[in-house]
Amino acid sequence: MIALSDYLILGAILFSISVAGIFLNRKNVLILLMSIELMLLAVNLNFIAFSHYMNDLAGQVFVFFILTVAAAESAIGLAIIIVLFRRRHTINIQDLDSLKG
Amino acid sequence: MMDSMKLVYLAIPLVCLFAAIVAGLFGRQIGRTGAHTITIAGVATACALSIYVYVDVMAGNTFNGTVYIWGISDNFPFEVGFLIDSLTATMMVIVTFVSLMVHIYTIGYMHEDPGYQRFFSYISLFTFSMLMLVMSNNFLQLFFGWEAVGLVSYLLIGFWYTRDSAIYANMKAFLVNRVGDLGFLIGIAAIYATFGTLDYNAVFASVPEVINQSIEVIPGSEWSIISFICIMLFIGAMGKSAQVPLHVWLPDSMEGPTPISALIHAATMVTAGIFMVARTSPLFEFSETALSVVMIIGAITAFFMALLGLVQNDIKRVVAYSTLSQLGYMTVGLGVSGYAASIFHLGTHAFFKALLFLAAGSVIIAMHHEQDMRKMGGLRKFLPWTYITAVIGSLALAGIPPFAGFFSKDLIIESVHHSELFGSGIAYVAVLSGVILTAFYSFRLLFMTFHGRPRMDQHTLQHVKESPMVVILPLLLLAIPSMIAGAMFIQPMAFSDYFSGSILVLPQHDVIGQIAEHYHDKSTVEIVFGFMLHGIMQPPFWLAIGGIFLAWLFYIRRPELPGRVTESVKPLYNLLLNKYYLDDFNQKFFANGTVGIGRLLSKFGDTVFIDGWLVNGTAKAVGYFSRILKPLQSGLVNQYAFAMIIGLLVLMTWFLSVN
Amino acid sequence: MFEANQLSVAIWLPIIGAIAVLATGNDQRAGLARVLALLVSIVTFLVTLLLYTGFDKASAKLQYIEDTPWISALNINYSLGIDGIALLLILLTSFITIIVIISAWKVIREKVAQYMAAFLIMEGLMIGVFSATDAILFYVFWEAMLIPMFLIIGIWGGPNRIYATIKFFLYTLLGSLLMLVALVYLYFAGNGSFALADLYTIKLTLAEQIWIFLAFFMAFAVKIPMFPVHTWLPDAHVEAPTGGSVVLAAIMLKMGAYGFIRFNLPITPDASHTLSGFIIALSLIAIVYIAMVALAQTDMKKLIAYSSISHMGFVTLGLFVFNKMAIEGAVIQMISHGFISGAMFLCVGVLYDRMHTRKMSDYGGVANTMPKFAAFMMLFAMANAGLPGTSGFVGEFLVILGVFQVNVWYAIIAGTTLVLGAAYTLWMYKRVIFGAINNKNVETLNDITNREGLYLLILTITVLVMGLWPAPFLDVIHTSVDRVLALSSVTKL
Repeated sequence: MIALSDYLILGAILFSISVAGIFLNRKNVLILLMSIELMLLAVNLNFIAFSHYMNDLAGQVFVFFILTVAAAESAIGLAIIIVLFRRRHTINIQDLDSLKG
Repeated sequence: MMDSMKLVYLAIPLVCLFAAIVAGLFGRQIGRTGAHTITIAGVATACALSIYVYVDVMAGNTFNGTVYIWGISDNFPFEVGFLIDSLTATMMVIVTFVSLMVHIYTIGYMHEDPGYQRFFSYISLFTFSMLMLVMSNNFLQLFFGWEAVGLVSYLLIGFWYTRDSAIYANMKAFLVNRVGDLGFLIGIAAIYATFGTLDYNAVFASVPEVINQSIEVIPGSEWSIISFICIMLFIGAMGKSAQVPLHVWLPDSMEGPTPISALIHAATMVTAGIFMVARTSPLFEFSETALSVVMIIGAITAFFMALLGLVQNDIKRVVAYSTLSQLGYMTVGLGVSGYAASIFHLGTHAFFKALLFLAAGSVIIAMHHEQDMRKMGGLRKFLPWTYITAVIGSLALAGIPPFAGFFSKDLIIESVHHSELFGSGIAYVAVLSGVILTAFYSFRLLFMTFHGRPRMDQHTLQHVKESPMVVILPLLLLAIPSMIAGAMFIQPMAFSDYFSGSILVLPQHDVIGQIAEHYHDKSTVEIVFGFMLHGIMQPPFWLAIGGIFLAWLFYIRRPELPGRVTESVKPLYNLLLNKYYLDDFNQKFFANGTVGIGRLLSKFGDTVFIDGWLVNGTAKAVGYFSRILKPLQSGLVNQYAFAMIIGLLVLMTWFLSVN
Repeated sequence: MFEANQLSVAIWLPIIGAIAVLATGNDQRAGLARVLALLVSIVTFLVTLLLYTGFDKASAKLQYIEDTPWISALNINYSLGIDGIALLLILLTSFITIIVIISAWKVIREKVAQYMAAFLIMEGLMIGVFSATDAILFYVFWEAMLIPMFLIIGIWGGPNRIYATIKFFLYTLLGSLLMLVALVYLYFAGNGSFALADLYTIKLTLAEQIWIFLAFFMAFAVKIPMFPVHTWLPDAHVEAPTGGSVVLAAIMLKMGAYGFIRFNLPITPDASHTLSGFIIALSLIAIVYIAMVALAQTDMKKLIAYSSISHMGFVTLGLFVFNKMAIEGAVIQMISHGFISGAMFLCVGVLYDRMHTRKMSDYGGVANTMPKFAAFMMLFAMANAGLPGTSGFVGEFLVILGVFQVNVWYAIIAGTTLVLGAAYTLWMYKRVIFGAINNKNVETLNDITNREGLYLLILTITVLVMGLWPAPFLDVIHTSVDRVLALSSVTKL
């Protein structure tokens, strides 16, 4: 029997990996986007685990919402990246610092 | 009957104002002839009506009433109104008569000037202002007239506005007058604060009630409120009547055309201060301190300004310094409570000094606007009428009987002699020594200009000719009162109750009353001859004769003497030539000083301190802090994310640890 | 309908008129825009004139009251009403707007409709400030007014206009935000109302009052402007077009003083008394210090700007000695200064339009080529120096008379303006107008046109009438000043 805590630990590990991915990654915006997706998945995992544990379907319904939003988000994100690449010919994060003070 | 008189009173100043407006605004349309016709008609009407009013007042019909309410504030109605009594009527006649003479004279003097219409407009406007001043029945309107004559004086001194010296002189005149006006205005404010009214009669009536009130201007020293008011008012008079140390503007004002030197800076405007003190005699009488101040200032002016008259070479400036000195005499007269004597002298002085100025103007016309007496001489052959009238004026000024100046000046000197106020001893010495100086400089002028051999160049000499009729006629008309006004008015003005309704003299100050005792119960003719006889036996007369003799000695008999004398007292001569260095001091200390402080404040106060430190400093401080924080804004998304997570952790930790 | 909403008509008529003017479009129809703007301003002036004729001078109550709920959730109302002081200021506003529109007739050639519309909108908003009796409504008008002014300086201004506008905007905004804080505090301290009449009755401790006083003070002192928050004014004036300078000097500066009368004195009477020494000191510094700074100026507009600050010192001095004559003098000084400073800026504008310089050293001897103009400017210069017979004298005279009753030295120090005011004004006049012709440009100057003569003549008549017969101006403010004095002498502790 897999305990709730196992799911939660997996979720936490996934979340930590994605966080590390965000700020260790210095090169690629795509990886950034993927890390964010992974973060959302980790959260989704928690939702589902709790939903099953608490016997409440609301959690799983919420996961669908998040999935939808995440899909839309990554679509928009990719679109932005494409436009960005067309204009700047790079998606290297270190080159994208026009907001530098 | 009363209403028709009221209309007459109103008409007198307004007819001048109307003429001034027409000549000023429509000068181009009505032309030169139109301008002088309308203004002369206006002033002539005013003069005729003034004489009518004078006769009416002498018959005992005085008037005090409101024309309109200027404005109400704090439930007090500020009014514009007229007070017509003997003092006012006398002033009105003097002002309008001299003004009329000057108007006529101007036709000849200014006939080549492009600003002809403007000039007539100004002098009519001046007549209006001066009439408003003397006819006023309250201090507000007095101040209005006071400033208005100052404005016209400013405009007229700067009449030739392309000359640097003229526009320097007119600004100087206005500003020095404004210093006096500051005192005057504070005096008016003090009157309002003390009496709750500005109406002459209401103020004068309640003087005895406030006699013991005091005011603490400088903490710890209590001044009598009456003294404070009087001294403040007198500061105003010092500005307008050019008393030391506010006299500096008057010699410079000679930059204006000669007719206005006669009208404004000799006969009328400068005597406004004398008139004002006489008018407010019910206040001054209750402050011996103020009277002493008036007397001492007057004595200083009378003596030291006469000294300056000795060394001037500009014909107009000699007359200007003699005006200063004579104004000093009038002020001394006021200071010893001899108000009647001062007003008497004001009147005779108006005639003979206007005469002298106009005669000087006639000389200046003949000399083609040369004013240096060293380049004149021997003019009596060429300018007989001018010469005769100038002699009459000089004799009157020097105080030789039976000319007008003798009676009035002698009366002042006698009054000073009888006075027992603090400082009257010094004042007596000053006015006595002034007499010899007066006689000396006025005959010096006469001898240098009209006698001796001609010193001008050949070209000028060939063109010297007597001035036209419009110039000579006013001279002759002014010469008549210069001869007889003294004898005519000594009895009524000094020894009757002429001023009883308008001037108050307390019994303990009544110096003229003491003199009058000698002439009790005598007829007018007896008084005139008695006064002359008495005068001839007194020092002033012999001092005047001595002065004339000295002038003759120096400038006719032995013309080399003046040079030697000036050589031997070089420092004194330089001191006089530089007018005691007072002008330099004022220019350096007050004028440049104020502007210098202004520049400093503008640079360091406004630009460096407020704008530089406070305003732009705030902006700079913000900029400085943002520069410190700038590196945090790296533009790298992962760093931002990292910062977010750290922040989140810190917040969570804090939140958990608190709960 | 008109009777009941006369104030609203005065506020909204010029604003609606401005929209109509804007609708004329681009500069191809500039003539139409000018005529329309002039018509609107004249009709507005007539409306405000009716306010004067229908005004009950004997009543101390606010008149022409309007009251409509606006934001009922916060108990904010569109409520209007005026007393004599506001009445005079409204008249001044509508009068000056006509003058400004005539003065801009030929001078402004670009974006004419927008320029005219900006002034009309500003007119409506300024009338709104003077007639609002709800603090939030007042605040809205107060802030909204900045926008057209900001645009006028920013679009039609001189070369350094961006610096000037930002300085102007930040200075005034800083002050007015503090005023908003104070209003919110009063809203909660009182019974949840922004109506001025309710604010007057709130009980406050002295400490509270002092803080509120200072918050209001910041807003109003910047506007007046008082020393030491005055430095925006010379810059704004120098960069503003002539019309902008005129409105700024003639009307906007008066709002600060009006604010003192409406807010500081009645809402925080005890603090006003406690801090009066401080205000009087600042006023006297303004009168003397600023006059001296004015002496040092070489730019005509700057000099007149400093002279404005110095003259406004008389207003604040008069307000804070709590003497009826002094307060009446202060109000009269506000009105008179509106005419005179407006006239002075218009005179500079006349010269600037011809020579395109404001430096006094570029002039000299203008009287030779422009005698009519010299005569007009002489009169206004004398009025600026406070010559009796002109309106400039009335206010200063009453203030000095009133102040003397409180303290001799205040009166003497304030009186130095008699000398200093004459000094800087006449010195400027001497350097610009008098003298021999200084250079070729002066030699070729043309005297004033009929249009310029018209508005200078109108102002001349006004200045003289007010100087020779101030009674009609004084009569409408007696009861209002009584009310202000009564409100400011009741303790709130």
